[in-house]
Amino acid sequence: MSHRILTYGEALREAFDVCLKKDPNVYLIGLGVPDPKGIFGTTLGLAEKYGDKRVMDMPVSESAVTGVAIGSALVGMRPVMSHQRLDFALMATDQIINNAAKWHYMFGGVAKLPLTIRMIIGRGWGQGPQHAQNLQAMYMHIPGLKVVMPFSPSDAKGLMIASIEDDNPVIFIEHRWLHNVKGHVDEGVYSVPIGKGKIVQSGKDITIVASSYMTLQASKAAEQLSKVGINAEVIDLRTIKPLDEEIILESVKKTGRLIVADSGYLTGGVASEVAAIVAEKAFEYLKAPIRRITTPDCPAPTSRALIKYYYTDAQEIINQVLKLLDIKPDAKMESLLFLERPLYYDVPDQSFTGPF
Amino acid sequence: MNEILTSLFFKMLRIRLVEEAIARLYHEKEFRCPVHLCVGQEAIAVGVCENLLQNDYVMSSHRSHGHYLAKGGSLQRMFAEMAGKITGCCRGKGGSMHLVDQSVGFLGSTAIISGTIPVAVGTAFASKLKNRRNVTVVFFGDAAVEEGVFHESINFAVLHKLPIIFVCENNLYSVYTRRNLRQPDREIYTMVRGHGINAYKCDGNDAVSIYNLSKELVDSARQGGGPSFVEFSTYRWLEHCGPNYDNDLGYRDREEFEAWRENCPIIRMKNMLIEQQVLTEEMVIRMNNSITQEIEKAVVFAEESPFPEADQLFQHIYSIVGDEG
Repeated sequence: MSHRILTYGEALREAFDVCLKKDPNVYLIGLGVPDPKGIFGTTLGLAEKYGDKRVMDMPVSESAVTGVAIGSALVGMRPVMSHQRLDFALMATDQIINNAAKWHYMFGGVAKLPLTIRMIIGRGWGQGPQHAQNLQAMYMHIPGLKVVMPFSPSDAKGLMIASIEDDNPVIFIEHRWLHNVKGHVDEGVYSVPIGKGKIVQSGKDITIVASSYMTLQASKAAEQLSKVGINAEVIDLRTIKPLDEEIILESVKKTGRLIVADSGYLTGGVASEVAAIVAEKAFEYLKAPIRRITTPDCPAPTSRALIKYYYTDAQEIINQVLKLLDIKPDAKMESLLFLERPLYYDVPDQSFTGPF
Repeated sequence: MNEILTSLFFKMLRIRLVEEAIARLYHEKEFRCPVHLCVGQEAIAVGVCENLLQNDYVMSSHRSHGHYLAKGGSLQRMFAEMAGKITGCCRGKGGSMHLVDQSVGFLGSTAIISGTIPVAVGTAFASKLKNRRNVTVVFFGDAAVEEGVFHESINFAVLHKLPIIFVCENNLYSVYTRRNLRQPDREIYTMVRGHGINAYKCDGNDAVSIYNLSKELVDSARQGGGPSFVEFSTYRWLEHCGPNYDNDLGYRDREEFEAWRENCPIIRMKNMLIEQQVLTEEMVIRMNNSITQEIEKAVVFAEESPFPEADQLFQHIYSIVGDEG
């Protein structure tokens, strides 16, 4: 099937379906996993198909249930735990950092811990300070964890299967504004390797490194830039730990310019890490300073009047590309590069009407 | 029954002599890690674990030497671990607070209060999901019941009727902080009953009572009767962490300490078994000698083992397929 189009959410659902079918040790657990909304549609129908011993709800005990998932994994299960918001997973930080991330190491490699923890990040629709945190960098900091955050539906499915099949704890981060994004998805079981980035658009003038929802924005920016003859190379990290240094360094060696776009906070973030790697290992290839495009060091406000100034998008990427290339756009260029500003900044598109 | 009584006594004595050896040799043999010795608390580990099968699971907390040994964990690898050697049960990456011996079902002890409680619920959950007949026991101290995750874990275990026994060793102190500064004036086990779990209190220095009660609870869990909780009252003789007595610090009074020392689980059982003519003084001396020899051997093993090489530093950050440790 070469032209099968699914949404990101449907692709994830299919990943769970094939894994539940293939391996009797896989189970899904999380608040709302079997409910009528099915975690934004990603688990719909699976409880009916596989039963409540494979696809289950849980007490509102993020910490204990993470421990339960860890314990079951130590004796042969392959749990997939879902958090509808990353913010709630913070309740389980002790279990994730003190136990899951270290178990294999601190016991000298005697036990393996195949565990996938889904965390959904997002923006807009008034989610505010405690419902829209993009804390991927926090998990990236911890040795022993793997952190993936795919952008395309096809990678979402392949990386979810890879995460479930992996013998280590994997933090699987999904951006809420990607669940309805459509793309080609292969049928059946396939996996995308964890730790490998992907060039989603090649170019010679500047490198834009991004992941998850920011890859969508970077691709949009690159498409506009190509109309005025600027060829940006867009790299989708797909995994932020372990980070694919090679693909970043190879690209920067070619283009000499780097923008890193990440949906998290500026300080100590993914963009900072990528910038540091390039500054340390490819400094002599740089023709311009590195730019980080992130959310500012400020909690996410709720009002749509404020988030207008908070979130970044393709336009911001375009503006920074022009600066780094030292291009002062003429009127014709400006008409091509000045994107139609969205009517509202708190929705991915007009079809999105909440409530969460 | 005499065989079981003898076994209980022997195993308690063995743990006592191991802990005393660690205290005695702590500096000389360079066991350079925090050690939380369980002198005075041996009966609980032994009385509970005597009821377990090899494929039953045990997890524990920072004060885990007794639990590890009672479940059958390797003594040599424990000493080597404390000495930071490659032959240690965690290849020198864990130390005293992280013991493991999967071959006997001791799945691990960790250093964060209450950290292994939900993990143990998870192993019991897997047993239930897979219809396995094994049970899980998790050991922790009286401070663990102050952590939120303890209550979350009990709730989950009761909800799913899991084959697990929660064993609380109430030794009255968390480091230097007495329980009445941390908990209101009520019994732990009655508070825990609020979760709808069968909860008991038992003399933690009486190995026979511990054995009998836990036999009932283990059998019940194995037959699908669900989880239970036991609070064992006991007392730690040495300092919270380290090889010494610390009564000079003044956080607990001398009379209290002496009363608990009088109540030594090992002396109590020895007197009882001699009185019942199950044991003789000569038999106890022979036990002492054989354990002492075993400890000496383990210490030599640890001493003669090599340290890990530099390449071990980055080994086992991730589990890699084909690299089975």
